[in-house]
Amino acid sequence: MADLISDNLNMVFTTPAGESVHALKDVTFTLKKGELLSVLGPSGCGKTTLLNIIAGFLRPTGGSISLDKNEIDGPGVERGMVFQQGALFEWLTVAENVDFGLRMRGASGKDTAKKVEEWLEIVGLQGFGNVPTYQLSGGMQQRVALARCLINDPDVILMDEPLGALDALTREKMQSLVLKIWKETGKTIMIITHSVEEALLLGERLFVMAPRPGRLHKEYRLPFAEWGLDQDLRDVKNNEQFGQNREEILAMIWNMEEEIMGKAS
Amino acid sequence: MDTSPRGLIVGFLFIALLATLVWTYLHGRKIIATEKTDAVFGNPERALGGYHWVIAGVSTVLLFWLFFSWDAARSYFPRAANELCQVAKVTSALNPIRSAFPIETRLLRGTQLLARDARQLDDLEAQLETLSVSDADRAELQNSVDTLRTMLVSMASTDNLGDDTKAAISDVANQIKTVTANLSSANYPENIDSAEMEAGLAQPGWGRGTTEIPSLPASPRGFKFDAAATELQAIAQTFSGIRNTGPVFESNLAAVQAQLDVIEESPDVLDDEALDARDRFVKNLGKIAKRIDDGKLFPAQALNPIEDAVIGIEQAKRDEQGGLLWIDRLAMPSGTIVAGNTACSEQGSGRWLPKPSDTVATLARIANPNIGYKNIPLLWYEMRPAGELLAMIIPDWVADLVPGDYPRHDENGNVPDNFKSKVLNVATGDYSTFNLPVPIGHIWDSVVRVVIGLFLGILLGVPLGLFMGLSRFAKGFFDPMIELYRPVPPLAWAPLILTIFGIGDDGKIFLLFMVAFAIMVISARTGATGTQLSKIHAAHSLGASSRQIIRRVILPNSLPEILTGIRIAIGVCWGTLVAAEMLAGTTGIGFVENVARKQSDYETIWMTIILLGLLGLIFDLIMRWVINRTIPWRGKG
Repeated sequence: MADLISDNLNMVFTTPAGESVHALKDVTFTLKKGELLSVLGPSGCGKTTLLNIIAGFLRPTGGSISLDKNEIDGPGVERGMVFQQGALFEWLTVAENVDFGLRMRGASGKDTAKKVEEWLEIVGLQGFGNVPTYQLSGGMQQRVALARCLINDPDVILMDEPLGALDALTREKMQSLVLKIWKETGKTIMIITHSVEEALLLGERLFVMAPRPGRLHKEYRLPFAEWGLDQDLRDVKNNEQFGQNREEILAMIWNMEEEIMGKAS
Repeated sequence: MDTSPRGLIVGFLFIALLATLVWTYLHGRKIIATEKTDAVFGNPERALGGYHWVIAGVSTVLLFWLFFSWDAARSYFPRAANELCQVAKVTSALNPIRSAFPIETRLLRGTQLLARDARQLDDLEAQLETLSVSDADRAELQNSVDTLRTMLVSMASTDNLGDDTKAAISDVANQIKTVTANLSSANYPENIDSAEMEAGLAQPGWGRGTTEIPSLPASPRGFKFDAAATELQAIAQTFSGIRNTGPVFESNLAAVQAQLDVIEESPDVLDDEALDARDRFVKNLGKIAKRIDDGKLFPAQALNPIEDAVIGIEQAKRDEQGGLLWIDRLAMPSGTIVAGNTACSEQGSGRWLPKPSDTVATLARIANPNIGYKNIPLLWYEMRPAGELLAMIIPDWVADLVPGDYPRHDENGNVPDNFKSKVLNVATGDYSTFNLPVPIGHIWDSVVRVVIGLFLGILLGVPLGLFMGLSRFAKGFFDPMIELYRPVPPLAWAPLILTIFGIGDDGKIFLLFMVAFAIMVISARTGATGTQLSKIHAAHSLGASSRQIIRRVILPNSLPEILTGIRIAIGVCWGTLVAAEMLAGTTGIGFVENVARKQSDYETIWMTIILLGLLGLIFDLIMRWVINRTIPWRGKG
C-alpha cells in the first residue's frame, strides 16, 4: 500500500559541451509506507537528482518510478517537498504561505483557517499567522515550510537538505520536530542530507550513494530514529553503536571523495 | 528698504534664512558634542538623521537664489538701480572716447590701427609679384602701396600733426575736465526742473512697470550723473570728429585713388581669373586708403591730454558714486546695470535668473484661471455635461451595430427619432444631462498624457515581459522588435510620430506608450527570469496550475523589478513629454515653456521648470509610497 517503488532508474544528462553525465545508474529500491529514509553521499552523487525525479520535476531517461502503483509523471500534491532555504513566498504572511496549497485547489476560507491554526501549533508557531515570513528567523521559516507541506496531507514528504542552513542548536530542535511529525502522522519521509549524524538520526533506513555514476552504494537499517522518539537526541548521539556507524560511514565517504580528487588530479 | 509687501517679504525672508543657516550650524555642533563616540569615519550610520541639514540646504538654495537674482538687492536698495542707471549713462556716453585708449583694452587704438594696416600693406606687396598684370600697372600699384605706407608713417609722427588738430584735442580734454569738476561739485546741475523731478519720482519702481529699471533721474545724485552724461555725449561727438589729416595728406590720398581708378579702367586684356585677382587687390588697397582717410591714427602721445581727462573723470565717477559703488559690487553680484539707447537693463545673473518674488507673482498671475497662459488655465475645472463624459467611453460605432437604418427627414422637414438614432445620441453625448466638474488646464493635460501613456505601457508591457521571461519562443520572437526601437532616443521618434498622429494628444500618448512599454517589458522580463526555481518547484508540488504559478508566484516575485521599472518609466516619460510638447502642441507645460522661451520670458521659463520639478517629485513620492506598501519584503526573501 502506497509504496514508493524505484525500478532500474537511470538518468543521463547532456552537458552543453555535448558530454553525457550519468547522474543515476540502475537505482532500484522500495520505500514502504511510513518508512523514514535518509540519503547520504558526497556532492555529485545524484541524491538531489533522485529527489527531483521522485518529486516529478525531472523525468528519468530510463527505468520507472511509481507511488502507490501510479507512475510518477510530473509534480503532485501527494508528494510534498521541503527545500533547503524554505522557498517561502515572502510576499505572503505565514498563514497565507501555509494554506497556499489549499487555496490553489479552491478550498474555502473557513476550513483552511482552522487547519492552519492546527498545523501552526504542531510546528510550534501558534500566533504567528499574520506575521510576514521575511521577518522570521531561518528555523521558523523551515517550520512554516514544513506546515505548508503537511497541510496538503501528502503520502510522501521529500526533504532536500532541509536543515542545512540552520545553526547547530536550531538544527537539533528541528530534528526532534521531524521525528515527532514522523511518529504522529505516520508519513513516509525521505530526507537528503550531507551531515552523517543527521542521516543516522533521521533514518530508519539509510542509503549511502556513490558518485560517477550516481548509484546506491550501501544500505543500513538503523534503530536511532526509534530511540530518538523518546530519548534525548544527545544521548542517542553519544551511544557507542552510533559512534561506530558514524565512523564507518565517514570513512566510506572520505574514500569516495579521495577517489574523485585522485581522478581529478 | 522696499516697503511694498513683496519687498518686505523678500527682506524678511533673507534675514530669516541667514538666521536659519546660523541656527542649523549651531544645532549641528550641539549634536556632534552629545553624539555617541563609536561612530567612526566610514560607518554608513553616520549618514542617518541630520534633518537640520535639510533645512540648511534648502535655506542655502533660497539664499543663493535671492542673492544672485538681485531680489535681495531690490528689497534693501530699491532706488539703487535707478541711480546706477544714471551712472551707466555716463559710462556709455564716455565709451567712444574711452575705447581709443588702453583703459579696458591692451593697445592704444592708434597702435592697433598702425600695426594692422602696415601688415596688410606688406601682405599686398608680397602678392603684387604674382599678380598677372602689365608691367606698367604693376609699377603703378607698387607706387600706390609705397604712398600709402609713407602716409601711415607720417600720421604717426608728431611733426605732421596740424595745429588745428592739436587745438581740437586740447579743447576736448578741457571740456572733459570741466565736466569732471562739475561732477565733483556740490550744486550741479545748478537748478533741477521741478517738473523733471516729479516725472522721475512718478516712475514705477524697479521691476514694477513694463520697463525693467526706471531710466529718468529721480534723486540729486541721479540728476548730477544724468546732466554729466548729456554733456559727455556732445563731447564724444566732437572727439569722433577729430581727424589727423592735412593738405599734403589730402593730395596724396587723391593721387592714390586716381591711380587705383586708372588701373580699374585699364583694358581687360586678362583672363577672368587674373582679372578677379587684380580687382580684389585694388579693392583691398582701396580699403586701406579709406581707413587712412578716417584719420583715427594719431601720434602715440598726441592724445595724452584726453586720456588723462578720461582717467580723471572715471575717478570722479567712482568717487561720486560713494555707497552706490558698494551696493553694485556686493548686492548685485556677477553683473551690473547698463544703459542702452533709451532704457536701462540688468546684465548678468540679475537678468537671466528671475527674482523669486517675481517668479511667484508670475505663477500667481498665471494660476488665476481667468488669465492662465494663452487663455488656458494652469489647473482648474470646468462644468461639462455628464453625457459628454459617458460618450468618451462609448465608441460611436456602437450605434451602427443596432439593426435598422438611421431616420431620414419626412415631407414636413422633420427628422423623426428611432431607436438607432437615440443610441447614436447617447454614444455622441447629444442629450441634456446634469453637469459634472472636469479638470482642465496645462498641468492636467500633461499629467493625463503621462498617466495614459504609462498605463497602456504597463498594461501591455508587463504581460509580454513575463511571457518573454518564461517562453523561449516569446523571448526570441519579440526581442528583435523591441530591441530595434528601444535604443533609439524617444525624441528621435517624436518628429515621425507627431507627423503621423498630428499635434493632438494621440501622438504624444503613443510616444509615451512606446517609451513606457519598452521599459516595462524589460523590467517584467528581468523579474520573471529572476524567480527562484525552488519557489516554482514548491508551488508545483503544492498543486498550483501554470496560470496560478504566473499569477501567484512569478508576478508577485517580479513586483520589485516592475515597480522599479515604473519609477524609471515615469521619469523618462516626463522628459519625453515636455520635449514632445515643445515640438508640437497647443497645451501642456512643455508648450508653456516653449512659448515663454520664444518671448525670452525668464520668469515663466523658471516657473515651468519649478512646476515640472515639483510634479516629478510628487510622482516619485507616490511611487516610493507604493513601493514601501506593496513590496516591504524586497531584498529580504
